[in-house]
Amino acid sequence: MPLGRQMQFMLLFSRQGKLRLQKWYVPLSDKEKKKITRELVQTVLARKPKMCSFLEWRDLKIVYKRYASLYFCWAIEDQDNELITLEIIHRYVELLDKYFGSVCELDIIFNFEKAYFILDEFLLGGEVQETSKKNVLKAIEQADLLQEDAKEAETPRSVLEEIGLT
Amino acid sequence: MPAVSKGDGMRGLAVFISDIRNCKSKEAEIKRINKELANIRSKFKGDKALDGYSKKKYVCKLLFIFLLGHDIDFGHMEAVNLLSSNKYTEKQIGYLFISVLVNSNSELIRLINNAIKNDLSSRNPTFMGLALHCIANVGSREMAEAFAGEIPRILVAGDTMDSVKQSAALCLLRLYRTSPDLVLTNEWTSRVVHLLNDQHLGVVTAATSLITTLAQKNPEEFKTSVSLAVSRLSRIVTSASTDLQDYTYYFVPAPWLSVKLLRLLQCYPPPEDPAVRGRLTECLETILNKAQEPPKSKKVQHSNAKNAVLFEAISLIIYHDSEPNLLVRACNQLGQFLQHRETNLRYLALESMCTLASSEFSHEAVKTHIETVINALKTERDVSVRQRAVDLLYAMCDRSNAQQIVAEMLNYLETADYSIREEIVLKVAILAEKYAVDYTWYVDTILNLIRIAGDYVSEEVWYRVIQIVINRDDVQGYAAKTVFEALQAPACHENLVKVGGYILGEFGNLIAGDPRSSPLIQFNLLHSKFHLCSVPTRALLLSAYIKFINLFPEIKPTIQDVLRSDSQLRNADVELQQRAVEYLRLSSIASNDILATVLEEMPPFPERESSILAKLKKKKGPGTVTDLEDTKKEKNNSDVNGGIEPAPVSTASTPSPSADLLGLGAPSTTSPGAPPAASSDNLLVDVFADTSLPVAAVTTGAEDNFSSDVPTLSEGASGEPDPSVHDADDAYYKFICKNNGVLFENQLLQIGLKSEFRQNLGRMFIFYGNKMSSQFQNFTSTLICSDELKASLNLQSKPVESTVDGGAQVQQVVNIE
Repeated sequence: MPLGRQMQFMLLFSRQGKLRLQKWYVPLSDKEKKKITRELVQTVLARKPKMCSFLEWRDLKIVYKRYASLYFCWAIEDQDNELITLEIIHRYVELLDKYFGSVCELDIIFNFEKAYFILDEFLLGGEVQETSKKNVLKAIEQADLLQEDAKEAETPRSVLEEIGLT
Repeated sequence: MPAVSKGDGMRGLAVFISDIRNCKSKEAEIKRINKELANIRSKFKGDKALDGYSKKKYVCKLLFIFLLGHDIDFGHMEAVNLLSSNKYTEKQIGYLFISVLVNSNSELIRLINNAIKNDLSSRNPTFMGLALHCIANVGSREMAEAFAGEIPRILVAGDTMDSVKQSAALCLLRLYRTSPDLVLTNEWTSRVVHLLNDQHLGVVTAATSLITTLAQKNPEEFKTSVSLAVSRLSRIVTSASTDLQDYTYYFVPAPWLSVKLLRLLQCYPPPEDPAVRGRLTECLETILNKAQEPPKSKKVQHSNAKNAVLFEAISLIIYHDSEPNLLVRACNQLGQFLQHRETNLRYLALESMCTLASSEFSHEAVKTHIETVINALKTERDVSVRQRAVDLLYAMCDRSNAQQIVAEMLNYLETADYSIREEIVLKVAILAEKYAVDYTWYVDTILNLIRIAGDYVSEEVWYRVIQIVINRDDVQGYAAKTVFEALQAPACHENLVKVGGYILGEFGNLIAGDPRSSPLIQFNLLHSKFHLCSVPTRALLLSAYIKFINLFPEIKPTIQDVLRSDSQLRNADVELQQRAVEYLRLSSIASNDILATVLEEMPPFPERESSILAKLKKKKGPGTVTDLEDTKKEKNNSDVNGGIEPAPVSTASTPSPSADLLGLGAPSTTSPGAPPAASSDNLLVDVFADTSLPVAAVTTGAEDNFSSDVPTLSEGASGEPDPSVHDADDAYYKFICKNNGVLFENQLLQIGLKSEFRQNLGRMFIFYGNKMSSQFQNFTSTLICSDELKASLNLQSKPVESTVDGGAQVQQVVNIE
């Protein structure tokens, strides 16, 4: 029995091969990460539409799916459950979609940090953490509310500063 | 739409990202980035203290730049500063930065850990969540050291919020994966297992992942989770689609949790308790039944989720391998999927069936699908799917269908992708050998392999066919004839020439009677290929020629003329030249009797495990464990096989007693022909250079019949350059690259070494093998660590047994730090 079947990494890239998101669940050097990214992006982009969503790459299995202009790629261990990984991808897309409202690539480009925060609520340490869509979104929205409060607290101070009273 | 309205948009960041996107060229992009980096650098260094918002913005920009692929070497301090802010968003960005740009500066690590500690004890669930996420993302050893004790407490505490519990469980799992020695489970095992009963399914999901990994190392401790997992799974599988509310995914109840529970159950054998076992069987049957029901939704997500659970259930059924009924049902279900419209399902079915094929209960059932699989091989468009089909054919092969399967695989080989050819060649070779009833079929198959995919036929394969032909009298004639015919082809692969040359050299006489394959014709045939071949093949052909001289004296002059020609005698390659010269001489001066003796037919090879199998294992997986075992087995074999029967002790055929029993001339302090002492950076070399030598500087106790005052090595250093010194050098040089192998061997003793290293710890197993049939008594070994190394290395060795029986091996463990 192989030990700890966990996700290895996740890559999101455009059809031109531009990397939009990357999440690494195993420790690798920056150099290795770049190499893997280069090779894998090439391999996936070369796939034809009717081919199956899984491919063997090195000693891993890659599960990928294209949504509009973005390829979502998840690397799992050889013995892992491929179909459930496909649905992990779908669930992540659903979460992004709900949060941004009809998500598109631009949303992810300009709000990349939010995409990472959402990912961390959904998956942690390479494992599924929370599978209730409601709960994940609730956690993210809570954070946004805290942000709003914080912003409110800031503005009066800068006004005071501006008129030189502090 | 760009959700700038969501929370704080960080306008400056959005502008920067826009700028980058608008850059027309790579150079422009780099220019813009450098400008920004300079700006940020000055802001960070500036005397005006930055407010939280600005810091956050700049740190986020740095992060963006890094993720684009550029190197960032500053910003860590500012990110760490953000961690101590009370504002959630600032903390969040700070944590994100340090999780992505992991830094090993110890001062930073100390500060980060401090911030995490504060957040963990803050009792604010959002802050705690952030801290736990960070630990799970980074998972460094320093974090493990700092928090491995605290996190379990958070996990099992009654007042911890559900969301925090989830994060804690997975965080702990991450730490366990990277630093298992720091995560001690005993205290809270039962409470973690109890989490499987939690009301909150998110907590159960996280806990299941944690328990699954822990249970693999400590199955006994977590045994109680089995019955809980079964009842949980059972409840989920039988629940109505409205029961689980938000945990139902496209009409499938809690699919992720179901898959995890099924995986947890794969850590254990079938449950012993009949009630639990019965419940589990029911559960699995329900899952199999559901697969047959009409789908509740047309969406692919529904079928994927449902099938994900189904496939995992089948995995469990296969793993347990105990319920024939379930196995056959699983096989039938997979059989249906083999012809499904969706490529994904066909792929997975082929893959799953491979494992089913090895179970005795379902092997026959799998075989019934052979036609479908062969069809897949021929018609599938996706090469990955075809590959799975090949794997399945290989797995389902047995005596009854071997010929058919090999034929199909050969067929496929003609058009197969280059990247997978070598694997298919190996598989065909293995199957042909394993299931050959009639060895003529085997010979044909291998020759076909060479014809179709000669470049991918590795040495092991054609060595093997030679070994088999040599060992089996009944197939020698056939082999000679077939090879002869195959060589007639105008363009034949070099491997065929090798095989042909060897076989005709040995058994050409068996077909020499037929005028079509007379000796001269055979020779001319071989020689016609000579100039097309590479050097090793030519060398082999030359050997075949001298064998011909022995077999067919009538063509001796013809062959001698060839050998005598300048292109052979003055060949640029030393090996070829040597062979030509020597063979020519041999043929001229040796009498027929001597020639016949020298070139006698090859004796049968001893039976040994097929090296092809080993090669396939190596190809299939970086299965280092298997490799280790193989080398160990090989080592032991060579020990038994290679041991020379020692001369009776009284004779002095062994070097005189004063010569070190190990034949190493050098004393322990310096290393003979030392590897460059200069490279002290290359610690590994030093470790072996110095410790292995003292290891070899073993003082073997006197064997009874030897003189009682056998000197220790350092004294008994015989000044004479001992030929085995050179061997010892070679032996320990190889440890620069290898961890295992034979360190030293002579007629009495073999010393093998097996070592493993992790970070700063190492362990060496030294095996002393007694090659004689009599016993070593008072056997001791001394490990000497040179002074230079004593400062940096800490060696602890366990004492070795003082009696070593004849032909036996004892082991000594050395811990190195």
